[in-house]
Amino acid sequence: MAQDRPTASELLSAIADMLRDEAIPALDKADPRLGFQMRVAVNSLAILEREARLGAAADAREHQRLAKLLGRDGTLEALNRELARQLRAGERNERDASLMTHLEATIADKIAIANPRWK
Amino acid sequence: MTVHTASEADQIAAVLAQAAGRHFGGPALIEGIGRESGGASRQTWRFDAVVDGKRHGLILRRDLPTTGKAGAGSTTALDRATEFRVLAAAHKGGVRAPQVLFELSPQDGLGEGFVMRRVGGTAIARKLLRDPPYEKARTMIAGQLGEILARIHAVDLADLPPLVHREAADHIAGMRRALDALSRPQPVFELALSWLDRRRPPPIARPLLVHGDYRTGNYLADETGVTAILDWEGAHLGDPVEDLGWLCVKSWRFGAVDKPAGGFGSREQLWASYEQAGGATVDPARAHWWEVFGTVRWGIICHQQAWRHLGGAVKSMELASIGRRAVETEVDLLQLLKEKA
Repeated sequence: MAQDRPTASELLSAIADMLRDEAIPALDKADPRLGFQMRVAVNSLAILEREARLGAAADAREHQRLAKLLGRDGTLEALNRELARQLRAGERNERDASLMTHLEATIADKIAIANPRWK
Repeated sequence: MTVHTASEADQIAAVLAQAAGRHFGGPALIEGIGRESGGASRQTWRFDAVVDGKRHGLILRRDLPTTGKAGAGSTTALDRATEFRVLAAAHKGGVRAPQVLFELSPQDGLGEGFVMRRVGGTAIARKLLRDPPYEKARTMIAGQLGEILARIHAVDLADLPPLVHREAADHIAGMRRALDALSRPQPVFELALSWLDRRRPPPIARPLLVHGDYRTGNYLADETGVTAILDWEGAHLGDPVEDLGWLCVKSWRFGAVDKPAGGFGSREQLWASYEQAGGATVDPARAHWWEVFGTVRWGIICHQQAWRHLGGAVKSMELASIGRRAVETEVDLLQLLKEKA
């Protein structure tokens, strides 16, 4: 059964906003080391908020692409393990356009969650 | 993260008073002791030793007695005794590195450690890259890093303690072993390592001292530019171009992405100053290879840092969160491989 609002994403946002606006300024005055730790925590909460919002769809897209690329079915992890094996064995390389399209799409989805400002 | 207590500082100060007294040959008064930085297992403390009316600004580097010798994210980091001897050799060779003075003895009971002279400046990349006092320094740092690196690579091997010799092939094998130790398969890193393996540079005729972690964040700088190269625990013998490539990894530009040389200049500027100061002529393809390798290496270190937490070795939200930074290097790798496919 679905949980009530706020959604995971909404609740994580609310927590992050409170910590950023109220906890960090207070900690910076009282204990700068703890202030730094809290910045790391707030940054991680922002990652989790984006993951809650975007993660499931990104995983589904990756799974679908991988199954097509490898021509087989399996769990996302098993398919990635097979792809990693093929890449280490040199059975595929960067000249394989469909491989590169898959990896670029996968990494674009990952960075959109982990750090959308990375360039 | 351990927060030091007054009693920990007092205990260390008492030991340092004894050790500094032995070194300087007279009673030493320890003042202003405080923890600088560092994780749970490796610590840096700053203090002054006042001996015979003279004040010495000093730094203690120590490993806690109970922890092993493995360093941050690496099983190949130097122990403190070896780091002490590498720093001494570098200083003798005219490298801008802190002057090491004396080691702790086992009887001191503080674990492995040594004391060096304190050097002015900050290592914080964000300040060096953006704060007003460093405006002039910003135009000089890339060139200085090239010059200093040429000096490091000219350190007399006869002055060095025994160091491990690592070539490109050893590094690739090490990275693959590291990947196998992670819980999840990593297609982009596998792709990049195979790319690197096919283009491996031939071993160099005469391996030289490689710093091993030569990057922004690991040196001190002030208004005049670089004052001291720090963090020598990755030192080994090998291909000197490794250091040039590592310095240019995008993660060490801290946002100044259009300035590959540590966020302060172009690759060409870095290489020119390196060559002018006596470094061997830089082959751009070889430098690119090491930059790609460095990008893989930092990505895998991100995972290893997370695993120090996930594996239960230390409890640290900060280390755990670094695991989510690995994807930054995957973005960079796909870009790098596309440029030179």
